[in-house]
Amino acid sequence: MTDAQHFAAVLRLGDDALVLGQRLSAWCGHGPILEEDIALSNIALDLIGQARNLFTLASKLENQGRDEDALAYFRSDLEFQNHLLVEQPNGHFGDTVVRQMFFSAFALDRYTFLARQTANADVAGIAAKAVKELHYHWEHAAQWVIRLGDGTPESHQKVQDSVDHLWAYTGELFMPDDVDTACAEAGLMPDLHELQGTWRDKVVACLERATLRVPEEGWSHRGGKQGVHSEHLSYMLAEMQVLPRTYPDATW
Amino acid sequence: MKIARMSPVEMNLEARFDAYVAEEKKIEPKDWMPDAYRKTLIRQISQHAHSEIVGMLPEGNWISRAPSLKRKAILLAKVQDEAGHGLYLYSAAETLGVTRDQMLQDLHAGKAKYSSIFNYPTLTWADMGAVGWLVDGAAIMNQVPLCKCSYGPYARAMVRVCKEESFHQRQGFQVMLNLAQGTPEQKAMAQDALNRWWWPSLMMFGPSDADSPHSAQSMKWNIKRFSNDELRQRFVDMTVPQAELLGLTLPDPDLKWNEARGHYDFGAINWDEFYNVIKGNGPCNKERLGARVKAYNDGAWVRDAANAYATKEATRQKNANASTHAA
Ligand SMILES: [Fe+2]
Ligand SMILES: [Fe+2]
Ligand SMILES: [Fe+2]
Repeated sequence: MTDAQHFAAVLRLGDDALVLGQRLSAWCGHGPILEEDIALSNIALDLIGQARNLFTLASKLENQGRDEDALAYFRSDLEFQNHLLVEQPNGHFGDTVVRQMFFSAFALDRYTFLARQTANADVAGIAAKAVKELHYHWEHAAQWVIRLGDGTPESHQKVQDSVDHLWAYTGELFMPDDVDTACAEAGLMPDLHELQGTWRDKVVACLERATLRVPEEGWSHRGGKQGVHSEHLSYMLAEMQVLPRTYPDATW
Repeated sequence: MKIARMSPVEMNLEARFDAYVAEEKKIEPKDWMPDAYRKTLIRQISQHAHSEIVGMLPEGNWISRAPSLKRKAILLAKVQDEAGHGLYLYSAAETLGVTRDQMLQDLHAGKAKYSSIFNYPTLTWADMGAVGWLVDGAAIMNQVPLCKCSYGPYARAMVRVCKEESFHQRQGFQVMLNLAQGTPEQKAMAQDALNRWWWPSLMMFGPSDADSPHSAQSMKWNIKRFSNDELRQRFVDMTVPQAELLGLTLPDPDLKWNEARGHYDFGAINWDEFYNVIKGNGPCNKERLGARVKAYNDGAWVRDAANAYATKEATRQKNANASTHAA
């Protein structure tokens, strides 16, 4: 594992957290019930908090004077390395909770490993706190997928469509590239193939309880970790980054 | 016109109620209360709850564009707090025999009001400072006395709300301070926001006492403690030195210290604008209500699903229990 790979691994964790947190925060004020405005904002706040910790650590590893905000606001979409899944639009509430369920199932296992590894104690510290949060994120999302799947015929159909649509973005979570492989060998990151098995078991169990059909394996979209994103990310960043880029000399 | 005649028993109850309230005792949901008291509270608490959730929108407008991750987290947490305030208040109103859904229907139909200030747009990041500093500041002025309101559930909700509102106000002031001490563009942004939010903030206290229809009765019931003009004056007196600290100018040429009164004098409020914004002619009335209606309508299938699922689960639970008992 090179220093650059070490840095990239931590940065990617932060990118996933920030992009998903940014997406979820858009529900605040617009949820189907007030309790969900609060719950989704809570999850968004957890993720933004994780991103801040991870960017601060990445900044330390990189040692180039780029702080958390420099990493968040002054990188282009080509430099963001989040998975494609988390940048997908919120869509309707079913799309949002399915995206969240798919991602949280993965993130929970990933962070459980990170909390236990000994290659980087800072990562372990951040992960230990995140694991507690991710338990809640997973429970919350899985419960909603079950309610919607086993709710009304309309909700069943809608959330089945969400599952079918977003399924093609889950394969990328388990496709290791050079960074993943090198960091797994160094003991910092989990072996993605191992994570895939437990992810599938959890997700399938959730979908079955929700009376939903598990999609067949097929083509998976890929590229996020290499900076090749869907069309959505650039718009998201344009909005998110507008102030610091318009007033580069300002502090806020 | 129908005149409600009170029976001797009710007259007795009402006299006891008035005496009880006059002794600063709390009325609880199961206590007898005059119909008009109940109606007044439902109107006021639901209007307050609606203000909290409509108030999420102008600030929610900047969450995606907050200029640092720290500011983003603070703003998101603040807007989330407002949702929490809405929840406490809807729950307090529900103790009076209305449902949240009825109250929302009234809001969406335009029958229930919300604070008019939220019909103004948030045009720059500095508005996040000005809104927190001035709008939450004015809200605190209005709401602290409600912590001693005669209706127990409302008073208790307000205690929690006010604690958080004072955080919001300090955070807003901090945003303003950073801008006021920042680059020339930032300082101009702060001044512009102050120019736009100052007068609407003064209007938040409502019309002058002479023109405020519900004031006298609410005072008697210990729902209201101070007049609109008193609270407005207090707010002006508190805010002027804060603006000086920021190095910003309040947009009122008539503003000056009056030694004899021991208060700041200030210029005439444009009540024509105030009543027009209430009537629906504010810059964002349509957007605000439209956003609430859209969230409600878009969420209908989700709420239906949650209800259907809960019913199924209850049936499954019942059947499971029945079979255990049978065995
Ligand atoms: Fe408020
Ligand atoms: Fe509030
Ligand atoms: Fe507030």
